[in-house]
Amino acid sequence: MKQVIKMRQMSNNQKGIIKKISATGDMGRRIREMGLVPGAEIQIQGRAPLKDPVAVKIKNYTLTLRNNEASFILVEVEALNTAKE
Amino acid sequence: MKKKITIALSGNPNSGKTTVFNAITGARQHIANYPGVTVEKKYGTVFHKGVEIEVVDLPGTYSLTAYSLEELVARDFLLNEKPDLVVDIVDASNLDRNLYLAIQFKEMGVPLIIALNMIDVAESRGIQVDAKKLSSLLDVPVVPMVARSKKGIEQLLDTIIESASERQDWFPEAISYGMDIDQSLKKITQILEAAGTFSKKYPVRWLALKCLEGDKQVLDLLKKHPDEFAKVTRICKETSKHVMNTLEEDVEGIIADHRYGYIAGITKKAVKRKIETRLNISDQIDKVLTNRLLGPIVMVLILYLVYAFTFWASEAPVGWFEAFFDGLKDIITSIVPPGNLQSLLVSGIIDGVGGVLGFIPLIMLMFFTIAILEDSGYMARIAYMLDRLLRWFGLHGNSVIALIVSGGISGGCAVPGVLATRTLRDPKERITTLLVVPFMNCGAKLPVLAMLIGAFFAKNRARMLFLLTLLSWCFALLAAKLIRSTVLRGPKTPFVMELPPYRLPTLQGLIIHSWERTWHYIKKAGTIILGISVVIWAMMTFPGLSHEQARTFDIQRERLQQAFLAAPGIGKWTRNKQDLEKLDHLYLKYVAAKQKNDTKALEHMEKEPLLKLAKAAYEWKVSPFAAQAMDPKLLSAARRYLDFREEAVNLEIKRHQTALKSTIAGWIGTRLEKVTRPLGFDFRVNIALIGGFAAKEVILSTLGTAYSLGEAPEEKGGSLAQRLRENPLWNPLQAFTLIIFTMLYVPCLATVISIRKETSWRWATFSILFNLAAAYFISLLIRQAGIVLGLGI
Repeated sequence: MKQVIKMRQMSNNQKGIIKKISATGDMGRRIREMGLVPGAEIQIQGRAPLKDPVAVKIKNYTLTLRNNEASFILVEVEALNTAKE
Repeated sequence: MKKKITIALSGNPNSGKTTVFNAITGARQHIANYPGVTVEKKYGTVFHKGVEIEVVDLPGTYSLTAYSLEELVARDFLLNEKPDLVVDIVDASNLDRNLYLAIQFKEMGVPLIIALNMIDVAESRGIQVDAKKLSSLLDVPVVPMVARSKKGIEQLLDTIIESASERQDWFPEAISYGMDIDQSLKKITQILEAAGTFSKKYPVRWLALKCLEGDKQVLDLLKKHPDEFAKVTRICKETSKHVMNTLEEDVEGIIADHRYGYIAGITKKAVKRKIETRLNISDQIDKVLTNRLLGPIVMVLILYLVYAFTFWASEAPVGWFEAFFDGLKDIITSIVPPGNLQSLLVSGIIDGVGGVLGFIPLIMLMFFTIAILEDSGYMARIAYMLDRLLRWFGLHGNSVIALIVSGGISGGCAVPGVLATRTLRDPKERITTLLVVPFMNCGAKLPVLAMLIGAFFAKNRARMLFLLTLLSWCFALLAAKLIRSTVLRGPKTPFVMELPPYRLPTLQGLIIHSWERTWHYIKKAGTIILGISVVIWAMMTFPGLSHEQARTFDIQRERLQQAFLAAPGIGKWTRNKQDLEKLDHLYLKYVAAKQKNDTKALEHMEKEPLLKLAKAAYEWKVSPFAAQAMDPKLLSAARRYLDFREEAVNLEIKRHQTALKSTIAGWIGTRLEKVTRPLGFDFRVNIALIGGFAAKEVILSTLGTAYSLGEAPEEKGGSLAQRLRENPLWNPLQAFTLIIFTMLYVPCLATVISIRKETSWRWATFSILFNLAAAYFISLLIRQAGIVLGLGI
């Protein structure tokens, strides 16, 4: 079973594939030019000491973005408990 | 073949661009600014196979939009200067995202070479890039390389020369962005081509693409041709509406997605990836260094180690520098006769510049350690961990870089700090950051703080400096919060940032990096400081004592001398003023030699007939009890001499203080005493602080000048720190008040000018007044609270 959730809702180490970037304008541009585009495989790497921003592994590099930015990124993940992988 | 070619070096941040640039040009580098803006332009030249290659290092960017100054600068350089070639440094281990920039060069049509860097890293991660295939798919030369170990640099230079002699024209690549956009692109291209004027200077298809992306700079350019502008904007609007309705995305997003699609098509064929998800070393390190609990602890520890190391390692060299300048002063004092020229050379020039240059080892080491943090990739982790905190104060995670460069780990400079705020996109966050960076402890304040700490808190030097750094952060953050909730209210901006893989910094990179900044500091010290030291010396020397005043002091001195010479038992030793002067001279020399335990000098003095008396005076002063055993006649003469000396020295102090007060600086400083009395600052401190506006280092040199001019010159010896410690007006509380005031008050002239350049006179003026007010009230609070609580008095 697959389901689409916001990147913000993903738990640490969870994997997924980006389905859609719903941000436009400056934020959308910035997110895309850093390589966060539909089709990209991502894995949540961790969160900063204050639980925000979030670090995301994409291909071979790591990006950080704030929770409110991660809300604009829709990710397809395996439903049910895949987080514990 | 051309004899001289120009190439532009481009690439993502962290792609190793600087390493390639250093490897190609070595030490033959120059730094200038791009015309009109303050983005640094680095360039250098290299001769390869008889061809002169000028290399321009473009700012590191991810894209070529009009939304950041760096990207605009890079773009304008390509369009206006039309270099023969662009060498795009591409990180082989992150090919997809790195090629996003390369594709945009191809859209522009500029002749391109791809330097496929870090293939070793890629291979270690199971990524194999087929350079030949990549080259044929992209239709550009691809040179695989490992810039860190200089592998592939020769081949790159060969390829540059080959390509430059072959291709000259720009061939914009026609990538498909989907049917709808392709059609609009075609229409706009036709309109622009028909207008004629554009195609001479710009690749037209690229212009059309930028119109569809809503690029502000290109649209502004188009506005000068109202007919075409109207037609083009109509097409753009229609396309945007249509795309939004059918695909639910904006045009820019679709264009970006197609670029990535195009790239994916290429990398699928040219890159072999072993399926592997194991964490690489960098991720392993991050598990610890950005851990929720360990991360912050390690961060504070690392920042503390930076100090401890810097101070420990610079202690000896700082001493050598000081000794060198002291020696220089001695030489000049012995060559140049006393008077205005000697005073200018010693008190104006050497004290001023020497006092500042003496701290070079400290500043160089500080820059060196900052460069390690930057080049290793740890700086980005600091930004990541602190973003949530900084956001609360209305700043951005990237503000931390500006704050650190300005002196967040103390020893930076607010000028590059102000310039570093350019990485912030939101104007409000940017202005706030650049307004608070002058609160940090920059390299110029450091000597002042170090001197005061050394004088009054010598036992806790490292701890005290650490405390001051924490305090500067508190002040800066609170000021930011204040500014962001009053004059600059507004929302926050995106924080998408890369955490670059940890890398062992290269020594060459570190040295170039820290030397550049140190050199900048030296230049500043050499030019501005020298000029100001001389001006301030003049302000503190002229007009000086009036004739009557000078005569009154002369007469008093004469009387003292006559009284001493006429005293019983003295005639045996000194008969006239010449003898007395000889005695004074010998006494000082003897004291100095005794203190330094200089046996050679002591032996040398043995033949002097007056030595016995000088020796007796010294012994009486050091230990009156032991001196009791001396011949009573000798002892009585020695005591008389010491009494005379004390009075003479006091008179001399009075003379110099009167002289200083009757100078221009004395006049201003005295007027200001009314305002600064609650802070405990006398006219000398005021003078120093006025000088410090021009450059903070001047505070130290001016205090030095003020205190050496204000006290008897013959009682020299002892540093400024020692002189302050012995001065009854100074105590730890007073020193701490001055430390805080120095940390907070007006940014130096160079910083104010940079703020003005980055914003407006309005903000520059605001910065001066805001900081001055903050400094005054906070130091007032500290001193008064200290007096009430009886701390440090």
